[in-house]
Amino acid sequence: MTIQRSEAMDILSQKLVSATGKKVDLVAVMGGEPDVMFRRAITEMGGIKNFIKPGQKVVVKPNIGWDKAPELASNTNPKLIGEIVKQCFAAGAKEVTVFDHTCDDWQKCYKNSGIEAEVKAAGGKLVPAHLESYYRPVSLPHAKNMKNAKIHEAIVNCDVWINVPVLKNHGGANLTISMKNHMGIVWDRGFFHQNDLQQCIADICTLQKKPVLNVVDAYRVMKTNGPRGRSASDVVLTKGLFVSQDIVAVDTAAAKFFNQVREMPLDTVTHLTNGQALKIGTMDLDKLNIKRIKI
Amino acid sequence: MLKKIRLIVSLVLFGLITFYFLDFTGVFGTHSWLQRIQLVPALLSLSFIIIAALFLLTFLFGRIYCSSICPMGIYQDIVGWITRKVAKRKKRFKYTRPKTMLRWGTLVVTVIAFFAGFSVLLGLLDPYSAYGRMVVNVFKPIYIAGNNLFASAFNHFDNYMFYKVDASILSIPSLIIGLLTLLVIGFLASKYGRLWCNTICPVGTLLGLIGRFSLFKVRIDQIKCNHCGVCATKCKASCINSSEQSIDYTRCVDCFDCIGECRQHALSYNLRVKKVDHSTDSSKRNFLIAGAATASVVPKVFADAQAVVANANGLKSDKRKTPITPPGSISRAHFQNKCTSCHLCVSKCPSHVLKPSFMEYGLDGFMQPTVYFEKGFCNFDCTVCSDVCPNGAILPLTKEQKHLTQMGQVVFIMENCIVYRENTSCGACSEHCPTQAISMVPYKGGLTIPNVDTAICVGCGGCEYVCPARPYRAVHIEGDAIQQKAKPFVEKKEKHIKVDNFGF
Repeated sequence: MTIQRSEAMDILSQKLVSATGKKVDLVAVMGGEPDVMFRRAITEMGGIKNFIKPGQKVVVKPNIGWDKAPELASNTNPKLIGEIVKQCFAAGAKEVTVFDHTCDDWQKCYKNSGIEAEVKAAGGKLVPAHLESYYRPVSLPHAKNMKNAKIHEAIVNCDVWINVPVLKNHGGANLTISMKNHMGIVWDRGFFHQNDLQQCIADICTLQKKPVLNVVDAYRVMKTNGPRGRSASDVVLTKGLFVSQDIVAVDTAAAKFFNQVREMPLDTVTHLTNGQALKIGTMDLDKLNIKRIKI
Repeated sequence: MLKKIRLIVSLVLFGLITFYFLDFTGVFGTHSWLQRIQLVPALLSLSFIIIAALFLLTFLFGRIYCSSICPMGIYQDIVGWITRKVAKRKKRFKYTRPKTMLRWGTLVVTVIAFFAGFSVLLGLLDPYSAYGRMVVNVFKPIYIAGNNLFASAFNHFDNYMFYKVDASILSIPSLIIGLLTLLVIGFLASKYGRLWCNTICPVGTLLGLIGRFSLFKVRIDQIKCNHCGVCATKCKASCINSSEQSIDYTRCVDCFDCIGECRQHALSYNLRVKKVDHSTDSSKRNFLIAGAATASVVPKVFADAQAVVANANGLKSDKRKTPITPPGSISRAHFQNKCTSCHLCVSKCPSHVLKPSFMEYGLDGFMQPTVYFEKGFCNFDCTVCSDVCPNGAILPLTKEQKHLTQMGQVVFIMENCIVYRENTSCGACSEHCPTQAISMVPYKGGLTIPNVDTAICVGCGGCEYVCPARPYRAVHIEGDAIQQKAKPFVEKKEKHIKVDNFGF
């Protein structure tokens, strides 16, 4: 007799594991494929049903900024996105929307990143974000420099959203992880660069509708010439994945992970301390309940 | 029967080429032949097979090109048809003497101007290019507005089959020229049939030279003909002299409208040669029918108060001194010599970096496309403009050749840079650079600042497009008057990195 793996079984098993033990703040996984690592991680976090409720409109927000193939690590791993979309539907989501305000031509990015195919296969919907008419003004009263921003209507209209960045070096901000991934939900990215980039990155994370989960794709990491990357020489296969609801914590963990590939002192990634100062999260990982899993 | 065939062929080709110019989804791919079978592009790109084929076609069958291939010709026929449909009285053409001085004069002046380096006249008069400009500058904004309306409606119901596209007008002067062309040639067509084709159009005059000797001709059977003159009233080229029972074959455009109208069945299209046909006496009339407008030369000089303040603050102007020609155009001289401003590349550029020039190339380069980075930057892998250009003004490039084609070089103005002025992070320029010709290097504290290596720069404009510094950008591209070969970037050989632990 063989028992076939099904989505329902996964969800059930997720619930059983979380029944014991106290709340996990951050899960770090290494050594598996992106979809496998995500399934392990979400189980440790208490199951997807902890975060996605039936009937909800969900947005999954990857990094699809660049017209590059998946192996070049400029965008979030498409397999990871496909798995997250599938899990959202398994949890009973009514619709799952995916988008990014890309840097290169949006149609090329959506297609060549491999994300379009994965999202469609999983039953999700891709929407454009290349015109100002798709964005709505939202105020950011707790921000320091950027007191308001135009946010994509998909985020404004959704019930919950999942933030899925890819861990990369960044020429200006030094690292781009979950906090910087918020730049893909706003219209005017130039404002960030004009008004102290590292502060504005923290400012946008004061948005009231925070992501319900931050999933850092560290399957492949771009160590140099980020965020676009120049060639395959910029990429290291590290097979990692980090999940947390605390955006500053997961970015701090990812930054420390990155330091094993290339030295990048955390005090140069000033949006992390800025985020902590705005009380969006904590950089003090010792205070958190972290689960580390090696597959 | 012949008329029916002509109608089908001409409408299909017209529909295809018009849609090809309008389409922004790339559904045709970039390797279309529709623009390459046009005569002036074939001549300019020295496509000998196509030139030979078109001349042979005309020698065998007459000016078939003018009724079936040339989009401006078919446009005039459509205008004529609409006119006849809405007219209260029946439209009657009448025979006119050929305007030989005008035809020859225009052709000779155009050719001389071209070889003297002023291809702008050929560009204005070439019917294919003039039609292209009409579509790109006049019709396309309307087409896109319609698309965006559909997109709004569909998007509202969560359907993304249609998506919105930028609908802005790229060049007011080109819009004016396009409109004037549409109105003037349209007016001439509605009132006088193919008057443009037989007086100003240099292609018409050139093909008329060959058409005179064509083997297949529309001929009048002098025995069956009863001099009723009906054929002459139907002839949109005004070339049938009913009283003398002769047809001017330098002007007949092979529309075959006349054949079906003759109640005596005296008209037929065939090979038999009974006697040598003469063209009619040259006309002494000298009135000029304007087919092209002259570009306005009035320069706009306006005081820039911002410039005064900015210069006082130590900021430096970022104005480009050398214009940039599309990648693959070899040099500005080569490009300006071959381009007739059909604006097909402007329409097809997926990155929106091409626009019709105003004065960037001077008056003799008016309306020829130039590269600008206000709406986007040139995609590193893209070769669309060189794929579609039928004139050989932009020569084909493979993706690998494109990666090493330098159309301009990056210039970094530190005084304008946000990192230098505000001591805050930026890095937008380097973010977009495909070769890292502009890269971020350590500056103060954790800050990084741009550093430039022009040898590997391809001039794609990624940096200029995103630089947020205002009123003057800190990076811009200076055009290469002669396009260079960029040095390929070299990656350092590094040892393999393996990560076993989490690091926290």
